[in-house]
Amino acid sequence: MKPSVSFLSKELLERIVSEARDVLADVGVEVHNNDVIALLSDHGARVDTAKNRVFLPGDLIDRALSTAPRSFKLYDALGQETHDFASDQTYFTPGSAAIYVLDSDTGKMRASTTDDYVKYARIISQLPYIASQSTSMVPSDVPERISDSYRLYLSLISGCKPVVTGAFTIEAFEVMKDLQLIVRGSGDALRARPLTVFSCCPTAPLKWSDVTSQNVVDCARYSIPVEYISMPLSGFVAPVTIVGSLVQHTAETLSGVVISQLTNPGAPALYGGSPAIFDVRYETTPMGAVETMMIDCAYSEIGHYLGLPTQAYISLSDAKQLDAQAGLESSLGATLATLAGINEVSGPGMLDFESCFSLEKLVVDNEICGMMQRLGQGIVPRDDFPAVPHFQELLAEQHLLISEHTRRHLRTEHYFPGPVIDRANRSRWHEEGATTLRERASREVQRLLSEYEPYDLADEMRGELGQRMTSEAQRWDMDRLPHEEL
Amino acid sequence: MESLTALKNSVIGGDEDSAADLTQRAIDANLAPKTILDDGLIAAMTIVGEQFKNHEVFLPEVLLAARAMNAAMEKLKPLLLSQNVPTLGRVVIGSVQGDLHDIGKNLVGIMLKGAGFEIIDLGHDVTPANFVDTAESESAGVIGMSALLTTTMPAMKQVVDLVHDRDLDSRIKTIVGGAPVTAEFASEINADAYGFDAASAVDRVKELLDITQ
Ligand code: B12
Repeated sequence: MKPSVSFLSKELLERIVSEARDVLADVGVEVHNNDVIALLSDHGARVDTAKNRVFLPGDLIDRALSTAPRSFKLYDALGQETHDFASDQTYFTPGSAAIYVLDSDTGKMRASTTDDYVKYARIISQLPYIASQSTSMVPSDVPERISDSYRLYLSLISGCKPVVTGAFTIEAFEVMKDLQLIVRGSGDALRARPLTVFSCCPTAPLKWSDVTSQNVVDCARYSIPVEYISMPLSGFVAPVTIVGSLVQHTAETLSGVVISQLTNPGAPALYGGSPAIFDVRYETTPMGAVETMMIDCAYSEIGHYLGLPTQAYISLSDAKQLDAQAGLESSLGATLATLAGINEVSGPGMLDFESCFSLEKLVVDNEICGMMQRLGQGIVPRDDFPAVPHFQELLAEQHLLISEHTRRHLRTEHYFPGPVIDRANRSRWHEEGATTLRERASREVQRLLSEYEPYDLADEMRGELGQRMTSEAQRWDMDRLPHEEL
Repeated sequence: MESLTALKNSVIGGDEDSAADLTQRAIDANLAPKTILDDGLIAAMTIVGEQFKNHEVFLPEVLLAARAMNAAMEKLKPLLLSQNVPTLGRVVIGSVQGDLHDIGKNLVGIMLKGAGFEIIDLGHDVTPANFVDTAESESAGVIGMSALLTTTMPAMKQVVDLVHDRDLDSRIKTIVGGAPVTAEFASEINADAYGFDAASAVDRVKELLDITQ
């Protein structure tokens, strides 16, 4: 049995969904994109043109839900299957789009650069418990207009894992799609083997901007998976209660499902989000708040009830350093997410309200993810019954260290953390330098960087990716991209 | 002055009705409108601002106090206008072109309004020309800009440059803020000030306009 946690009774869950449907029908969503409004209106939604409000009737939502895929897969850059978003299997991906990095040498936050990104991409490709890359940082040393696409490019040339990403503008989608077409070879091949997931955010409350709604449509056209990232901020631009925030999250996310499915029935998507309570003392949106995590887990329950795979920004921290707060918030989130069966968990590596990335934190979080993989496997009997022979053996031999049963199951039953987790006895810990977590993490970062090996991306493809990215950079007056100097 | 103490307390307590009521009574008692404003309303908001910084009260209490202050201002405004008492000043605010994040900007607007400034909120995705045109036509002394995306931060420089190109530097000050914006960035683009949250926005705008309270 997989261990699980549940926050909503069936009755409460169904009430939340039905209230959200009422909200969509009676209050509607504001859409700032004429094509999307036309699409919705063509399919029977009522439109208040003066206010850009679209009212979504229940049958439209039902129709969208009936074509939305119950599961879908991701494949790495070489075409191998890496993710099967189905049932309650949990995968981890780093947090995304930080604008700062916690500098490994100085321990201070600074704007992230191409150099940081390349290091990140080399590390993530070697971390065993984080199944995909995300475009985790925004490099500040390239023109803003390519700061989204360039991340995807750097990821694709550095590591094989699929990429969770997103466009900052409508135009950027074009090049980000082209890069994927180059890797896969054709639109059909990309459709058959999705390589990325695009984050698309409705604006709280109940609004779709021009950019993000167009991103949803463009992704659906190419069957590029999206994750709808609804962000009710409880007590500010959403009701203060968890239930009220869930109603809003459900309504915003369902409106995303409708836009995708009307554009292309069957287009893959994750029922996702990045909600947060609003901390009225500091005017911040704490991702490490336990209530934030409760909203995440509960909407994932709703997503699963609706039959859709889910995603959440959970298992990240608001701390500014790799400290105990960072550890406790990240692991509390990761634990709850695993128990709630959230399918895609975005967070590892992230600090400071999704603004600052740390490579050291990433390798520590990889350990959390490893532990979560074990946690998720739960407790299952492994040749344990009948029990009597095991105890007869134990009494006869005085230990089970070399018993057949131990040798068979040791490595599946026990998870062995890497060198960042300290399990030495005190003397050995002293002897090995009495290191702190930060020191061990920083050592691990260095080790991974020195052991990095490029993956088997065909030279020809590498060249084509480079050409496409360079021509995009030239449009914005950059002739030579910074990674070429590294 | 006792009535001003009561007025102050009603604003601090966020009691809209009694703030309006006590303002009317102070007016009827022939207290100078400027005294009611300075020693009653603005003094109250300064206290609330301090309490907020010290975590004695939270944001909702600040907003309630601001609302009570606004109710009182409704009574006071006609008199202030007729006696030509200058308001604290006018501030044009908005999220810069390309940026749809407006939560922080809205908070800054609410706090500035609560502190006694007149706010002209241009919303989000505001073009540089719209910022400067409005500040010019409305005689606003300050333009406050918010950006949450690294991709939209350059639009702040465009506004600062436009103010300069139109030779308005002496009349219009600029202040910038938003999560990715830093004091260094502000000085790099020659903005006049930077604020890291809504309360500091109030302090900085007061400094820009040489308001000592
Ligand atoms: C909520 C949110 C959204 C909401 C915004 C809703 C709204 N109505 O504003 C939605 C969902 C719409 C959204 C959309 C997007 N977002 Co967003 N968003 C956030 C989030 C989580 C919180 C922002 C917030 O409201 N904070 C709470 C307020 C109160 O704080 P604040 O804005 O910082 O304001 C305070 C201070 O900065 C200051 N201040 C603010 N303005 C001003 C102005 C002046 C004059 C002064 C003095 C002070 C001041 O005072 C405020 C009060 O204390 C941030 C993460 C973060 N840590 O900031 C990401 C974040 C800013 N978003 C991000 C991204 C990438 C996006 C999208 C591009 C995602 C996408 N692919 O669709 C889109 C962009 C849309 C667009 N074109 O603008 C990135 C930015 C990365 C980058 N390169 O810059 C961030 C950092 C998250 C992340 N890591 O991915 N987002």
